[in-house]
Amino acid sequence: MIRNEPRITPELIAEHGLKADEYDRILKLIGREPSLTELGIFSAMWNEHCSYKSSKVHLRTLPTKGPWVIQGPGENAGVIDVGDGLACVFKMESHNHPSYIEPYQGAATGVGGILRDVFTMGARPIACLNALSFGSPLHPKTRHLVSGVVAGIGGYGNSFGVPTVGGSVRFHARYDGNCLVNAMAVGIARKDQIFYAAASGVGMPIVYLGSKTGRDGIHGASMASAEFGEDSEGKRPTVQVGDPFSEKLLLEACLEIMQKGCVIAIQDMGAAGLTCSAVEMGAKGDLGVTLDLDKVPCREEGMSAYEMMLSESQERMLMVLKPEKEKEAEAIFRKWGLDFAVVGETTPTKRFIVRHGGDVMADLPIKELGDQAPEYKRPFVHAAKLKEVDAESVQAPVGIVEALGKLLATPDLCSKRWVWEQYDHVILGNTVQRPGGDAAVVRIEDGPKGLALATDVTPRYCEADPFEGGKQAVAECWRNLTAVGARPLAVTDNLNFGNPERPEIMGQFVGCIRGIAEACKALDFPVVSGNVSLYNETNGRAILPTPSIGGVGLIDDFKKSATLAFKRADEAILLVGETTGWLGQSMYLREICGREEGGPPPVDLTEERENGDFVRALILDGTATAAHDLSDGGLLVGLAEMAMALGIGADLSAAPSDIPAHAHWFGEDQARYLVTVRTAQVDAVLARAKAANVPVWMIGKTGGDTLTLAGERPILVTILRERFEAWLPTYMAGEL
Amino acid sequence: MKAAVLVFPGINRERDMARTLRLISGRDPAIIWHAETELPANTDLVVIPGGFSYGDYLRCGAIAARSPIMDAVRAYAAKGGLVLAVCNGFQIACEAGLLPGVLMRNARLKFICRDIFLKVERSDTPFTRGYNAGQVIRVPTAHGEGNYTADADTIARLEGEGRVIFRYVAPDGTRDPTFNVNGSTNAIAGIINERGNVLGMMPHPENHVEAAIGPTDGRGLFAGLVEALDRAA
Repeated sequence: MIRNEPRITPELIAEHGLKADEYDRILKLIGREPSLTELGIFSAMWNEHCSYKSSKVHLRTLPTKGPWVIQGPGENAGVIDVGDGLACVFKMESHNHPSYIEPYQGAATGVGGILRDVFTMGARPIACLNALSFGSPLHPKTRHLVSGVVAGIGGYGNSFGVPTVGGSVRFHARYDGNCLVNAMAVGIARKDQIFYAAASGVGMPIVYLGSKTGRDGIHGASMASAEFGEDSEGKRPTVQVGDPFSEKLLLEACLEIMQKGCVIAIQDMGAAGLTCSAVEMGAKGDLGVTLDLDKVPCREEGMSAYEMMLSESQERMLMVLKPEKEKEAEAIFRKWGLDFAVVGETTPTKRFIVRHGGDVMADLPIKELGDQAPEYKRPFVHAAKLKEVDAESVQAPVGIVEALGKLLATPDLCSKRWVWEQYDHVILGNTVQRPGGDAAVVRIEDGPKGLALATDVTPRYCEADPFEGGKQAVAECWRNLTAVGARPLAVTDNLNFGNPERPEIMGQFVGCIRGIAEACKALDFPVVSGNVSLYNETNGRAILPTPSIGGVGLIDDFKKSATLAFKRADEAILLVGETTGWLGQSMYLREICGREEGGPPPVDLTEERENGDFVRALILDGTATAAHDLSDGGLLVGLAEMAMALGIGADLSAAPSDIPAHAHWFGEDQARYLVTVRTAQVDAVLARAKAANVPVWMIGKTGGDTLTLAGERPILVTILRERFEAWLPTYMAGEL
Repeated sequence: MKAAVLVFPGINRERDMARTLRLISGRDPAIIWHAETELPANTDLVVIPGGFSYGDYLRCGAIAARSPIMDAVRAYAAKGGLVLAVCNGFQIACEAGLLPGVLMRNARLKFICRDIFLKVERSDTPFTRGYNAGQVIRVPTAHGEGNYTADADTIARLEGEGRVIFRYVAPDGTRDPTFNVNGSTNAIAGIINERGNVLGMMPHPENHVEAAIGPTDGRGLFAGLVEALDRAA
């Protein structure tokens, strides 16, 4: 018999983030009033963060399959085949709310959580990336958040021992009060040694591993499923504290017992801790689970069942062990100084039973806890299409060269060196391309294969046109992987939006998903894992819609990967893809003209594919000596980035007469790349382009120490680089 | 070369180090767990690699320095055995009394991962015979606490006895405070003990050894060690 204290009141139900109709659903499901522990379990399983109740119906429309996909969404991470008996395991996940409340620990535990998702599946993490969105640089909290989040990501990843090789950082006033911290982890496993969450076999021991359970993080997942108000700082106690040292030990111990064949099923304790992990293991395996909380290693005495079931203490795992291997597994964990306790067993009943102090504290149907979670088809409205900005009508307030200097020193386009130098990006000795390029490249084991990795999204495009913005996020990621010579294989998506109960926000979500689905289908770039973060609002103001796309590509010989730097003088600079001078939603329009207007550049997925395949072929056969994709800031910003990398300048032809010069140089048309080739090869490359129906123009030559545009005053590359490098460190030093 | 790489809980560059030793010496090093009390017989190089032993939650290296294996390492060093201590290893070696001084928080209080330039002050040690004296090498740093300091007498002794082996310099080899990445006293990046058989350094030569991955300036240190040991054998 379950004790029922305290009584379940409407206030208590509301405090658990459950709506009245959701509570009715619970009553119907179990046929009685739930105990407090049970109410906590339901709130943990049915909140937005864990149940995807507002997003599920739309997520199902994403393409998730491909011949190389081993595991799509639904497990701890996605898995793809990279050949040679190896698999790449990866996922991206948000830790937005905790990072706003407590930036260092919030970001650190975000990294810890995503690393656990990857090594839970039997993979050794080989790289981390992230996608960070902060408020306006003028907002009084922004510096504090940037400083804390970056230190937290570095603090965790550096100590754990995984290189953080890439990512993106942006600033916009719409993230004031709600920064975004999306962390991605990538690991490599043997294809025949991948571990899943589904338990199998009755009477199998369920083992608790890792750190002890404390009172931290209780209701973390519920906190992440609500909007922020003025009192958000008061939620600090719901943020967990990270311990990368324990995580490193947990990694080594887990991989060791996996290798020894001790493990039937494994699940990390992330959001909603013990509850979510135990229920998933049972439900996925069609088994019941009984937990005995008296056996759970606790950090402090007197913890209640409720607290233990909802704690989000970090660096913990739940495992179903082969009974005959229990002693061997325990010895390995003891060697690493970690807790190891048998806390339960699998049962044939399909009930989730929790005992504590001799009492049954919860007795619930295990399948329904997950499967019967509410699912909403929330109403949505699509915003009206924005009018296109006519490039002819945009007056250039400053000259082309001056505009370039200004753009390179804007918060979004400036060098992010200040950030990535705080991340160890060389540990493990496999980082072929470090941060600062289009995509990071890491060698797989001893090579010759390499993985290309990138995270992308352009939130201002998504805000202006969710469908085109969703497409663009995928296309840009695909392009970044292509620009280093990789074949893009699959993505993980991290969908950050506002309150889904508002139809206009739901409209953004639905539009972006449609765009992502269309682009992923057209580019054979399936979604294999992901995470949804809703309720990113403060006082009713939502963030820009930010569906971060993390992409993985494969390159058969990492030595063939291209970098964006101009390599030597007197090489031809080729522009691949159509330039129309699209200024709507461009950085130029926003930063130089002060206008955030218009529809974003449309993405033609057929062109993306043709142009990208063409560039990749040029890289892989050694024709391209440098390659770079064009995105934020357009053509001239791309050229400047190639020049600044090694300090080699370029002479550039004038803009064509049919496009205003500033639209030519700074428009953000999609599906474009810059490549350099030896001058002797230009004709052959142009002929190949023609045969492939890919528009290519020679727009200049490398050389000298200036960027020289026909008809403009030359500008020293060193001056551009100074401006490019100066903004972020100066800002962070409080000198802006 | 018969190398032994020590592993304390939280050490994380042992794989980088083992791979480099294998690559350059052609032989896998022994991996030695901190709880061991003896080094393998005939060990001719002990490596204390980088990482965050015990999370660096106490003073860096302080707990690892008191591990059982460190008694064996002290005895080994006292007999003249070669010890290479890199990054967290350098911090552990200082805490273990194998080297003088201490590594404090970086002057700018941030973790820094960056390629830096080191001037090799001497080429007549077993660790630097692969370089020329005065040569500038490019290797990565990745640390938050590499700001070397010691009392004035110790610094004067280290300098006077030529025990500063590596110094942070500008790419052209000149002393320039902007290139002293962590604010170390006299831009000290690496030192040896009195007997010359224990080297501690903050940067990571083991990460710059393969042309396919990047610069290879770290090779000289390992290739020189292999040569020194072959000659001795």
